[in-house]
Amino acid sequence: MTDWRLPQLRGGMFLVWRRNLLVWRKLVVPSLLLNFGEPFLYLLGLGFGLGHFIGELGGLPYVAFLATGIIASSSMNTATFEGLFSVYTRMVPQQTYEGMLATPLEVDDIVGGEMLWCATKGVISSSAILLVAFLLGAITHWQALLCIPLFFLTGLCFAGPAIMVSSFSRSYDFFNYYITLVMTPMFIFCGVFYPIASLPAVVQPIVQVLPLSHAIALIRPLASGQELVNVLFHLAVLSGFAFVGFWGAAILVRRRLIK
Amino acid sequence: MGNHVITATNLKKSFNGELVVKGIGLRVPRGGCFGLLGPNGAGKTTTLRMLLGQSPPTGGAIEVLGLAVPEQARRARQNIGVVPQLDNLDPDFTVAENLEVYAGFFNLGGDAIRKRTRELLKFVELNEKANTRISELSGGMKRRLSIARALVNEPELLVLDEPTTGLDPQVRHLIWARLRELKNTGTTLLLTTHFMEEAERLCDDIVIMDNGAILSQGHPRRLISRHVEPEVVEIYGDVYKLTRALMDTGSNRVEVAGETIYCFTDKPREIIQQIEDRSNIHYLHRPANLEDVFLRLTGRGLRET
Repeated sequence: MTDWRLPQLRGGMFLVWRRNLLVWRKLVVPSLLLNFGEPFLYLLGLGFGLGHFIGELGGLPYVAFLATGIIASSSMNTATFEGLFSVYTRMVPQQTYEGMLATPLEVDDIVGGEMLWCATKGVISSSAILLVAFLLGAITHWQALLCIPLFFLTGLCFAGPAIMVSSFSRSYDFFNYYITLVMTPMFIFCGVFYPIASLPAVVQPIVQVLPLSHAIALIRPLASGQELVNVLFHLAVLSGFAFVGFWGAAILVRRRLIK
Repeated sequence: MGNHVITATNLKKSFNGELVVKGIGLRVPRGGCFGLLGPNGAGKTTTLRMLLGQSPPTGGAIEVLGLAVPEQARRARQNIGVVPQLDNLDPDFTVAENLEVYAGFFNLGGDAIRKRTRELLKFVELNEKANTRISELSGGMKRRLSIARALVNEPELLVLDEPTTGLDPQVRHLIWARLRELKNTGTTLLLTTHFMEEAERLCDDIVIMDNGAILSQGHPRRLISRHVEPEVVEIYGDVYKLTRALMDTGSNRVEVAGETIYCFTDKPREIIQQIEDRSNIHYLHRPANLEDVFLRLTGRGLRET
């Protein structure tokens, strides 16, 4: 008996979001260390190391090209991992949602709140890298700050699919399929490390459909001061993924929790 | 709403075409303690979930606190507290934070909730543990905290799904005392249990369920007098020879389970006279209790679910 209705937007989602924020606040130091430390090493090692051989790519010094790609992919990765491991932990072993459903909260509030939280974490991690890239001189334009809402949208876009995967997982091991078959290919092929145009012509249309390509298409030029093209189109694709993901996640989590 | 906090009529639930709740009717009066008894798999938890709007019924109508469920379940739950069968306290928070964060889900907060948190922790004797992590609590402490958490919104109706399963006698008696206190201050309790002593001590009205249907309903003492003879003689030992002799004594009902004979009777003296002078036989003479009713109605077969 599947409930196909569109998820309802209610204030309850902010209560769920707030719960996650309160937990995060308790673990803020190790969490931020991860957010800052890893990209710092990436940019230092790959950006300057590889950059030495590559020079410029797509009209940018390689370290700036890589930084803008990593910034965009970090929202994806962070939102995805939150939507997989944290959501699954709260849904299955901890039964946190079971507790929430005994209050006036409904499944739609939980899914909405988790989507918001995944996107918030995406903003935190991408902003941390943005700051690191700025300190390393890889990003010099103040308009890079305009990327922050895009981090949120990118996070939303990947939160839904991740929560969907959690909702039909039987264990954490199941996530390996999603990470290996979906996330890693996107990370490697969608233009984080090199322009999509350098891929074989047959592959390009496939890669162009993937949401990370659209996130990078907006975030890279905006962060590095280049000209933005097809803004509405890219925004529409990202919003579309976010909407469909939210709806799909609501349907599947209802199926798992409301029996 | 009137005098009932819950009215369910012809309530049905099926999973994959199998009917697990078969058109039951429930009327839970305001105040007092209402018990839902049944072996594992009887449909108790499914029924509770339907009453809370966590499971859409396949058929029938539900009204809880005057509101139609599941349509208005969200509003009804604003005034309900739930103690789940398996503790789902939030391990990311301390004891006190668990109450405060949970109050947040009811849109409650501020100084009033901090004060209420202190009172509730005192009520369940966890005031010394306010800043303890959940992982450091014993099973009994976790259950007490679950009860405190369920009271954070000052509910009119408190629903408890097997509240004392797996707890030691000290904790069990503390919980029973607290539940009686709540009952006395006007909170309606609805509990499921397969622990008959609990039901007998707490409940004013009991429904015995099995296989998704209601087998009997009434006050514990009324149920006993309705379904079993007033007294029981349990006989242990070489039961095979005795059984036939006891069956011949007429009015007694005799049940054999393994090495034990249960004689339900209103004339216990006659039975005891027969067995008193036999060697290698032990016996226990006691008044009939709810467990006898329960086993009479639901059978002695094992439940694997």
